[in-house]
Amino acid sequence: MNKIFSDPISAENPITKQVLGVCSALAVTVLVDKAIIMTFAMTFVLTFSNITISLLRKVIPHSIRIIVQLTVIATLVILVDLFLKAYAFEMSKQLSVFVALIITNCIVMGRADAFAMQNNVRDSFIDGVANGLGYGLILILVAIFRELFGSGTLLGYAIFPDAYIGNGLMLLAPGAFIILGLIIWAQRSITGYVED
Amino acid sequence: MEYVNLAIKSIFVENMILSFFLGMCSYLAISKKIEPSIGLGAAVIFVCGICTPVNWAIKNYLLDEGALYWILGENALDIDLTFLAYIAYIATIAAMVQLVEMIIERFSPSLYANLGVFLPLIAVNCSILGASLFMAERNYELGQSLVFGLSSGFGFALAILSMAAIRYKIQYANVPNGLRGLGITMILTGLISMAYLSFSGIKL
Repeated sequence: MNKIFSDPISAENPITKQVLGVCSALAVTVLVDKAIIMTFAMTFVLTFSNITISLLRKVIPHSIRIIVQLTVIATLVILVDLFLKAYAFEMSKQLSVFVALIITNCIVMGRADAFAMQNNVRDSFIDGVANGLGYGLILILVAIFRELFGSGTLLGYAIFPDAYIGNGLMLLAPGAFIILGLIIWAQRSITGYVED
Repeated sequence: MEYVNLAIKSIFVENMILSFFLGMCSYLAISKKIEPSIGLGAAVIFVCGICTPVNWAIKNYLLDEGALYWILGENALDIDLTFLAYIAYIATIAAMVQLVEMIIERFSPSLYANLGVFLPLIAVNCSILGASLFMAERNYELGQSLVFGLSSGFGFALAILSMAAIRYKIQYANVPNGLRGLGITMILTGLISMAYLSFSGIKL
């Protein structure tokens, strides 16, 4: 049970180890608050899709399981999207299509198919939360670097003195790729994992 | 001319992978070898070019407020099904992928042998759904969405091919242990994306 929880956060992290769900992970990391909202949205969808699929795992016919999973996930994403539109309209405008793209995020599909289809509800619940947090950890880490060096702020509060000129590259796409590459390098140097 | 501009913009300036990060999963996994990259690239162009206009039709004739007018007449004016958009788009994409797979299998077995493996992968490729969502967000016309779909797919193919070529070249390079594979690929993608930044602002 501890392993189910701790693995996705560090050693088996969905982004850095399993290379899943990188798509949306980079686009919402310009500012830390966007990354935090995205983490909540992702954890919610991941947890409830895992619970639902796990509850239904004995009645879903094997041949149409992908379409069933997609429908469950899409429904949850619509809920999150409508919730954001109602209570955090500005944020939902900024996240634009990336909340909707949680549907095709490989982590959600991957966990539903690989874990929730075989395990009981409690384990699937823990697995969902842990993978959401593991995803969020990397997301927020990338966002901290990008916001700090790109605009000199964190969560909107100025950290560096006014004389600091933001590094514009950090706010553009290349900055995200390079920072994620360096984080992966750091993490793999610690865990000692080598890809061949 | 407007279409050419839109195509240039979505291939180079707003490249699906290099500036919106969409479709990264399959991009990272497949770009290890050149042959499959060509296959996946072609399949994405194909499916993206079909799905974006089809989703345009679904949005404009079924989902938008009052879009059902052509079936139900006056009663339909206050029906707004926009909240179903995500489910409708993803279902369309999954169905289109299945359909395209069957058509190719029937009429061109050789193409099927090359593309077949990649077609199921495409149903959950973010760049296809992303193209449909951008099409809806930016309110494109039919012609625009066709051009946008095709050129988004082309941008994806271009990015994955150049990455595959670079990874082929660095096979024998001495990369530090922790950076091997995913790490160096991310950094290289960052560099390619930086090069693509120089296209920004280009108009004909």
